[in-house]
Amino acid sequence: MIEAVGLTKRYGKTLAVDNLSFTVPAGRVTGFLGPNGAGKSTTMRMILGLDAPTGGSALIDGKHYRDLHHPLRTVGALLDAKWVHPNRSARAHLQWMAKSNKLPAKRVDEVLEIVGLTSVAGKRAGGFSLGMSQRLGIAAALLGDPQVLLFDEPVNGLDPEGILWIRKFMHRLAEEGRTVFVSSHLLSEMALTAQELVVIGRGKLISQSSTEDFVAQATENTVRVRSPQLAALRTALGRAGVSIRDEGESLIVSGMDCAEVGELAASTGAVLHELSPQRGSLEEAFMQLTGDSVEYHTEIADGQVPATLVPAGK
Amino acid sequence: MTLLAVERMKLFTTRSPWWCAVLALAVTVGFAALMAGTASAESPITIAATQFGYGFGLMVVMVMAALAITTEYRFSTIRATFQAIPNRTAALLAKTTVVALLAAVIGEIAAFGSWGIATVIEPTADLAINTPFEWRAIAGIGAVYGFAAVIAVSVGVLVRHSAGAISVLLIWTSLLENLIMLIPRVGRDIHQWLPFNVAHQFVTGDPDPSARAIQDGPGLSDAVLSPWPALAYFAGFAVVLLVIALTVANKRDA
Repeated sequence: MIEAVGLTKRYGKTLAVDNLSFTVPAGRVTGFLGPNGAGKSTTMRMILGLDAPTGGSALIDGKHYRDLHHPLRTVGALLDAKWVHPNRSARAHLQWMAKSNKLPAKRVDEVLEIVGLTSVAGKRAGGFSLGMSQRLGIAAALLGDPQVLLFDEPVNGLDPEGILWIRKFMHRLAEEGRTVFVSSHLLSEMALTAQELVVIGRGKLISQSSTEDFVAQATENTVRVRSPQLAALRTALGRAGVSIRDEGESLIVSGMDCAEVGELAASTGAVLHELSPQRGSLEEAFMQLTGDSVEYHTEIADGQVPATLVPAGK
Repeated sequence: MTLLAVERMKLFTTRSPWWCAVLALAVTVGFAALMAGTASAESPITIAATQFGYGFGLMVVMVMAALAITTEYRFSTIRATFQAIPNRTAALLAKTTVVALLAAVIGEIAAFGSWGIATVIEPTADLAINTPFEWRAIAGIGAVYGFAAVIAVSVGVLVRHSAGAISVLLIWTSLLENLIMLIPRVGRDIHQWLPFNVAHQFVTGDPDPSARAIQDGPGLSDAVLSPWPALAYFAGFAVVLLVIALTVANKRDA
């Protein structure tokens, strides 16, 4: 189990992580979701004791990372697949890590086998493709057969086959009862991979819930309604206790379907110019939730933001 | 012991230490061969003269030592290291020890190799190692290389960039210490206490060979310490720098 309590990290004037508290349970894949620059990597580095928090603490099974004896046996992490010396072979990279935590040398060959890198184990890691580097990173994370695993954007830049492999792999790790904490800026990816979601934006916690709940809540269906008697309709809808928001000349109603809105309009005597159901995509919902908390905005007119323009790149 | 083994594995599974070791031996032994080859009956080769190239070897060894740590920052393997060994002091001490030992071994091979090649080229010259000065001139080079490597690793930890750390080290040893002498009045007094000048005193000083000709060995140190205190001073300087580097590494985000 990973536990963050009031975790805070300040770089000069910017607050990268702001009083963040959440728990990551064992036996589930927990997604760590947020736009780029939301503080996901910083949080993971603080969990691993690489960065010192300005305030609060991150605990793994109740202990600080620095206090773990032979930490690779408790926590495996892949924060960046490129954290390898390019002239060192994959096997040599794993060998020194194994040695440092007194793991048997044969464990290196086992994890190479698990990730399917046995045939290139003697090759220099600098020549690896991104997919191979990710596999090497995962092999390193698995070395100590740890109960807690952290992965930072593991599918970034992978081809569909690689993405599928990693997704299945994480599920297997969680089914074995391990704690799996995986970050991503793509909700669509997390919806498939994670059972639990910790969502952050600008370093603050937005929600922690099961993925199911989050998606259901985030993609709530709405109804768009246009009418010359908009004011009267608004009052009637307000009385009915549904949530309304303005969008140009129309109202967006959530918590009521088209039929109900139509009937309400008829009883109010309002003429309808439009009555249409709106189905939000996961990405739009995510953007809406984290919209205010995106660090680097792209200036594109409302409703024109394709999912692929969630600020990309790490 | 485990950590020393880890750092040994890390050091020898990359190429730069091998290249640096070969280069250090080439410049030192090569210089000795040159000195022996150009010696004549009027100015025979001496033990001090066989070690003419030690200063060049020293720079190569310091580059090797600085690279051993700065490449870890360059490729972020320092994070993998601290992830595996959260006790940063222990991890960095192990690295420093391994690099310093390698530097010392390179120093001994370079020094005895230089002396050896001179005895081969000039078998008639008097190159027997008798006096304490002669022993220091040859065997002492390993000690200087070792402590210089500690300094280089410390600078590497503090600066974190290969080019930056190497620039600092080379400018310091080959320019700054000599330029300080140009400061009016106090320059020479300061220079007497600068670490590499003092280390040089350990190799070249006492019994005062100032009467000898220039071709008889590396230029002399003007340090006032006698040789063994000079080595202790140099070692002390290296340790102080290392402590500063460890303190900073513990405080800083990896």
